[in-house]
Amino acid sequence: MTEHLLKIHNLNKHFGGIVATDRINLAVEKGLIHAIIGPNGAGKTTLLAQLSGQIKPDSGEIEFDGQRITGYGMARRARAGLARSFQITSVVMPMTLLQNVMLAVQGGSGHSFRFWAPVSNDSAMKAAAMASLAEVGLDDRANRIAANVSHGEQRQLEVAMALAMKPRMLLLDEPMAGMGKEEGAMMVKILKRLKGDMTILLVEHDMDAVFSLADQLSVLVNGHIIATDTVENIRINDEVQRAYLGDGHA
Amino acid sequence: MTWFPQSISGRVYAAILLILAPAPFVFEWINQPFYLDLLSRALILAIAVVSLNLILGFGGMISLGHAAYIGIGAYAVGIPSYYDYYNGWLHLALALSVSASFALITGAISLRTKGVYFIMITMAFSQMAYFTFLSLEEYGADDGLVIYSRSEFPQWLTMDGGTSLYYWIFALLLLSLFFTHRLVHSRFGRVIVGSKFNEQRMQALGFNTYRYRLVCYVISAMICSLAGMLLGNFTGFISPDMIGWARSGELIFMVIIGGAGTFFGPLVGTIVYILLEEFLSLITVYWHLIFGIMLVALVLFGKGGIHGWLSRLDRKGAGHD
Repeated sequence: MTEHLLKIHNLNKHFGGIVATDRINLAVEKGLIHAIIGPNGAGKTTLLAQLSGQIKPDSGEIEFDGQRITGYGMARRARAGLARSFQITSVVMPMTLLQNVMLAVQGGSGHSFRFWAPVSNDSAMKAAAMASLAEVGLDDRANRIAANVSHGEQRQLEVAMALAMKPRMLLLDEPMAGMGKEEGAMMVKILKRLKGDMTILLVEHDMDAVFSLADQLSVLVNGHIIATDTVENIRINDEVQRAYLGDGHA
Repeated sequence: MTWFPQSISGRVYAAILLILAPAPFVFEWINQPFYLDLLSRALILAIAVVSLNLILGFGGMISLGHAAYIGIGAYAVGIPSYYDYYNGWLHLALALSVSASFALITGAISLRTKGVYFIMITMAFSQMAYFTFLSLEEYGADDGLVIYSRSEFPQWLTMDGGTSLYYWIFALLLLSLFFTHRLVHSRFGRVIVGSKFNEQRMQALGFNTYRYRLVCYVISAMICSLAGMLLGNFTGFISPDMIGWARSGELIFMVIIGGAGTFFGPLVGTIVYILLEEFLSLITVYWHLIFGIMLVALVLFGKGGIHGWLSRLDRKGAGHD
């Protein structure tokens, strides 16, 4: 029996006259990588923002692991086990990579109203953070300042932070955005290692990456999901060809 | 000798503490009680500046209303004394609890806003406090209130006499510095500092940044009220003048001069500010003009304040970043 970790029921969102999310229904199966593709402006980031709680939908419900989280704010959803990375790199730039990931460990481990003990002496937290850094191959750069590492490494840091929260599901917003070929390949390798252990909703432009990573694909066009299927079936789906792939190759 | 600070800034700060520690005896010896007064006043303000730096420097919350907490602390001494309640513990408890309550209520509202709106709303609340004290006819209104006797503590803790009060001030200053240091390096502090740089990311990590900031704001207000409690005892006279928003502006200046978001910066900034003010006014009646130009120059060219300048010397000496 398949178990769905994230369920979206009839989600709607408009900005003025523009329909950004149009009656979206989606269920993400536990343990799979579910990718969302679609042309620019299809509403992928808007959808992800609603899932992470950054913006509120006009109507519809979001259910995560059996609880309705539609009314939850960003922080509460994160604590419920739904971690996200940002399309535009969003880390604490003046801190080191290690400090950034330690913050994520902290965020995933209960409240932080602890006023006295220095964080830097917390060896358990440090070890957990180093483990997450190692997962994305950044453990040798742990003490570099985030602002001083390459763009690709900052993207990897984003993923390390999401992982360090020990989430039950990852929302990844274009983790390959702005990456060179090698950096992109590195990211694909990192995500492949997570495959099977982690449920991931992946929004990504890089088709090669999506086809090599995803188990399930949903195609978003003009705010509406026109198809959800396995990678193989999406490839041969006529409607998708017309609406999306055809567009891009015309 | 690892206990000895290796950096220039560290040595300067250690030297300042070593000078401050025996100051009353030195001033007594050279028979200059005025300087003890000056220094006492500077260190009282330094406590307020340390508290402001906690939210402004480390937390990125620019409050233009922090003088209100100095006022609350001072009136927590003045009003009970007016009714002949001189118990120091009572004064202390009042200062801490009233400032915490006021900060909790005003902070809960102010922290819903960001940037310039936060500045304006904190200023508005402190003006509310200002006009409230101004309208209290019973407690002297704009004429102020004379405190005839200092807060009473057990003999070994007495505030009577300039030297005793000085060590009260010095001890509370060291405590607030130490406390700030522990706080900033704790889990709580990491959340506060992280929220200053990237609040959205902190929320995505599961932190309810609003709550953490509110608690930080309340802690800062409570430390600031200690400065007010000491100031009431020191001047023996309180008036709404202590609370006006221009006072809060001066506190911000002291933070910036010393170096926002550093531990000793606020202390140095306050001492420099007070000394400049004092000695420039001895030289010329146009001292405000000179003082103003110096402050503008400091803000324009002294990036990171005095601490920033000292640590640039360090880097030059070490020859690397």
